[in-house]
Amino acid sequence: MREVVVLSGKGGTGKTSIVGSLAALAKSKVLADCDVDAADLHLLLSPSVKQENEFWSGQLACIDEEKCTQCGLCQELCRFDAIKDYMVDPVACEGCGFCSHICPEEAITMRENMSGHWFISDTKYGPLVHARLGIAQENSGKLVAQVRQQARRIAQERGLEYTISDGPPGIGCPVISSLSGASLALMVAEPTLSGIHDLERVLGVSGHFGVPATVAINKYDLNEDNTRRIEDYCKEQGIEVAAKIPFDNAVTEAIVRGVPVVEYADGRVSREIVGLWGVISRP
Amino acid sequence: MIISIASGKGGTGKTLVATSLALALKDNHKLRLLDGDVEEPNDHVFLKPDISGSEPVFIPVPRIDEARCTRCGKCAEVCAYNAIAVLGEHVLTFSELCHGCGACSYLCPEKAITEENRQTGVVEWGDADGIDFVQGKLTVGEAMAPPVIRQVKKHIDSEGIAIIDSPPGTSCPVVETIEGSDFCLLVTEPTPFGLNDLVLAVETVRQLGIACGVVLNRAGVGDDRVEEYCRQENIPILLTIPLDTEIARLYSRGITLVEGMPEWQEKFVGLFAKIKEIVDARSRSLKR
Repeated sequence: MREVVVLSGKGGTGKTSIVGSLAALAKSKVLADCDVDAADLHLLLSPSVKQENEFWSGQLACIDEEKCTQCGLCQELCRFDAIKDYMVDPVACEGCGFCSHICPEEAITMRENMSGHWFISDTKYGPLVHARLGIAQENSGKLVAQVRQQARRIAQERGLEYTISDGPPGIGCPVISSLSGASLALMVAEPTLSGIHDLERVLGVSGHFGVPATVAINKYDLNEDNTRRIEDYCKEQGIEVAAKIPFDNAVTEAIVRGVPVVEYADGRVSREIVGLWGVISRP
Repeated sequence: MIISIASGKGGTGKTLVATSLALALKDNHKLRLLDGDVEEPNDHVFLKPDISGSEPVFIPVPRIDEARCTRCGKCAEVCAYNAIAVLGEHVLTFSELCHGCGACSYLCPEKAITEENRQTGVVEWGDADGIDFVQGKLTVGEAMAPPVIRQVKKHIDSEGIAIIDSPPGTSCPVVETIEGSDFCLLVTEPTPFGLNDLVLAVETVRQLGIACGVVLNRAGVGDDRVEEYCRQENIPILLTIPLDTEIARLYSRGITLVEGMPEWQEKFVGLFAKIKEIVDARSRSLKR
């Protein structure tokens, strides 16, 4: 089984549209939406949820007002400023448990926190594992790890060839969690100066974790000078540019209709994505 | 006044709005722009600041004094992040997992743990053509953005206007960035993806009790469900930026909207006036 994760550094470069299309093109695969705090892949794949699971992760401090003598030691020692006026700020609390260990009255306990849900669904393209992180919750990296683990399990049990994951933007914890140990990172870049800056940083992360990368330039004709800069940079780094996808409003029209663009239009965008899948699935 | 710029979905135009709003206001207000998207900071690409100072961001991680350590295992027991393990005669620390809470060093009965700083990022500041500019950068390969964001926010000046650019999403880095703002501007686009993520962002902002309004970018690209949602939820759309390849081309070259199309200057001044009106009305009603 090969695990392909689609990343970008910068948000909004077209990861989900490309993953939705790869879902329609790849024959034997499980899909995973690893962008757990702003998941959109389900909007293209119309999943029917088969299994819904609570995601319990991390802990929150809880102060027993009866026992608390307001000595203030917890407030003094908490490095996350999560206790004010002898009350815990659940958003600021990092669940380290320091306060529960030092409270002289044993008035603080740590409680498990339900921080989201994850789902196993059927789609017409195959199984999809996706999730929804609770509002303002932490531990998105752990929820991503859970989504990946479930997707791998399904791939193994059903003998599927690929796991294709839609990754989050950025370079931090959920990205690292989506990326580490994957077979290939497909980086979707846009030919803007900020896009180039962000691409270089996310390629730094894949390099750091030893995951091979390939690049697709989306809306390449928006700025062909910048597209050449990306191609030159990739050449220097020994990274293949596997596709140059033109700007076409058909991509947005497909999103509005809730279908992968390769099933909506047969123009240049679709041809490039078909070619991209050819490169990714090359033996 | 602290105005944060967030979005839910990435790539909707946060940077475009933050940089143009700052440029539109800089001549008539005391203003500081802070880039809190420390994973992928982009404001500097457009504003090209002269960086005049910087400070490292550290996480205090444990260092074990093997001579004092009795391998009692207390540190490993209290660490909520599995960053310490006692294996036979050795204590192993995994500093990349450490959140720097300080429990291990405080609770070690032998006082065998001291803390040393591990750098995970940097905060920089300088002048960008009259804008007082601050940004944070998470080191490539590091996982935890919130400590870098916290340090960026220490540079908020309570006088004047602070504009803080947030990362995309709705989880801890976003909460860390927008918490404490007087107003959160949510930038979205009129597509099902934009709407889905706007709804999540609105829930986040409301949970934090922050007033919000919407900037609708690339208007005309998709459908009208974002506008319908805003009407239903009573969220004001404070600025509409049309789908325009010229705007996209300027953006691709790292040119801000108000510099590339000066007619937008006035619209961003107007955007600030609307934000101020909402914030002032809210603080009057809170006083009552």
